[in-house]
Amino acid sequence: MGIRTLLAMLVVALVVIGALATQESYKVFMPGLLQGAVLTIEIAILGSLLAIVMGVLAALARMYGPAPLRWLATVYVEIFRGTSALVQLFWLFFVLPQFGVTLNAFLVAVLALGLNVGAYGSEVVRGAIQSVARGQWEACTALNMSRPQMLRRIILPQAFVAMIPPWGNLFIELLKSTALVSLITLSDLAFKAQQMNQNTFKTIPIFTLVLLMYLAMSLVVTIGMRLLERRASLGLARGKAA
Amino acid sequence: MIWDWAFAFEILPVLARAAIVSIEATLIGFALAASLGLVLAVVRIAVPWTGWTISVLVELIRSTPLLIQIFFLYFVFPKFGVVLDAFTAGVLAIGIHYAAYCSEVYRAGFDNIHRGQWEASVALNLSAWTTFRDIIIPQAIPPIVPALGNYLVALFKETPLLSAIAVLELMQTAKIIGSETFRYTEPMTLVGLFFLAMSLVSAALIRSLEGLLNRRTMR
Repeated sequence: MGIRTLLAMLVVALVVIGALATQESYKVFMPGLLQGAVLTIEIAILGSLLAIVMGVLAALARMYGPAPLRWLATVYVEIFRGTSALVQLFWLFFVLPQFGVTLNAFLVAVLALGLNVGAYGSEVVRGAIQSVARGQWEACTALNMSRPQMLRRIILPQAFVAMIPPWGNLFIELLKSTALVSLITLSDLAFKAQQMNQNTFKTIPIFTLVLLMYLAMSLVVTIGMRLLERRASLGLARGKAA
Repeated sequence: MIWDWAFAFEILPVLARAAIVSIEATLIGFALAASLGLVLAVVRIAVPWTGWTISVLVELIRSTPLLIQIFFLYFVFPKFGVVLDAFTAGVLAIGIHYAAYCSEVYRAGFDNIHRGQWEASVALNLSAWTTFRDIIIPQAIPPIVPALGNYLVALFKETPLLSAIAVLELMQTAKIIGSETFRYTEPMTLVGLFFLAMSLVSAALIRSLEGLLNRRTMR
């Protein structure tokens, strides 16, 4: 879908949210929903940062690390990709305290979602590094570059461009899975929606508004990543343009 | 004592019964997703003015959390007089959610069919229905089976969300055991291990299926 269509969708979503929010009967639950949205955004941003760090570390460990580090990274990726985000969230929330590690719910949320998406991200990083043409590696060897030099100057800048679209998808996945944290007592947007629903019984407007709010947040991420992709690929002649 | 083997074995049969509900939800949900996704992808090509509507619809579904969609079906539909039980509402929501993803996979499959195949169908005066049934779908589906398989695994991993509307699947059962016995370690860990085992097995199956299909379509 083109960036113009996405922008149009975002504008429509924001106008509808605005039009609904200013109505008298919506004043009851709008502040609560906005509070929830702020927590959702906080968790999404911190989770994304953790996911990027874990994704890059795990990918590099699996590709270039010594054997024990490689196994550790593989086990991490397989466990977090193989089980559900909700299971991981519950495990950290309910089981970790039994080992004497009690984290508050917010920290558990950021950790679980960041580690979950980071595991998927490491595959993205790995794939992008491997997708850089072989000739580039060979040229680096021919120029007698060291491994860190190759990665930093030649390979990673090219891999970075290839990584942007899949990371965009992962950030959307992470944003959507923040709704799960409502199940471990955090009062995010999904939690506020249920709370307001139980208080006011205005089920249809509340859930419609909440869906539109998530849609608006996702569209902001998608559009941002599209712009970043356009910028990052400017310097590189890729594919057909070459 | 952190891990109690006796307790783990005691709850295993209960969890195994609940796992059947999770697997049922997966299979029904995926059947819905795969067929509805195919319908969306075909309608988009066969009916001229639907393309834009369907892409906006797909974008809407993919951009909002599945959990909220489940709540939406479970809480909002009764207001219109459609009362669904928790299992039906949950499976329906999961099926529709993944139909949006599957329709994109089918679309990629259709896009990979050579233009000449469509033109030949027009030249032979085949109807749209015959073209899809006899020419396009048999060529488009086999290469995308692994991608669909990945969504089957992803869908399976979303079934714990049904616990949020109290469907007695694996996660909900583990939570109940936990709250009754104050022991969360064994039930939660067993649920995690069950998902891990299922994922690893299905990933291996998809990989071998991929190899099989590659060999068949290589010329």
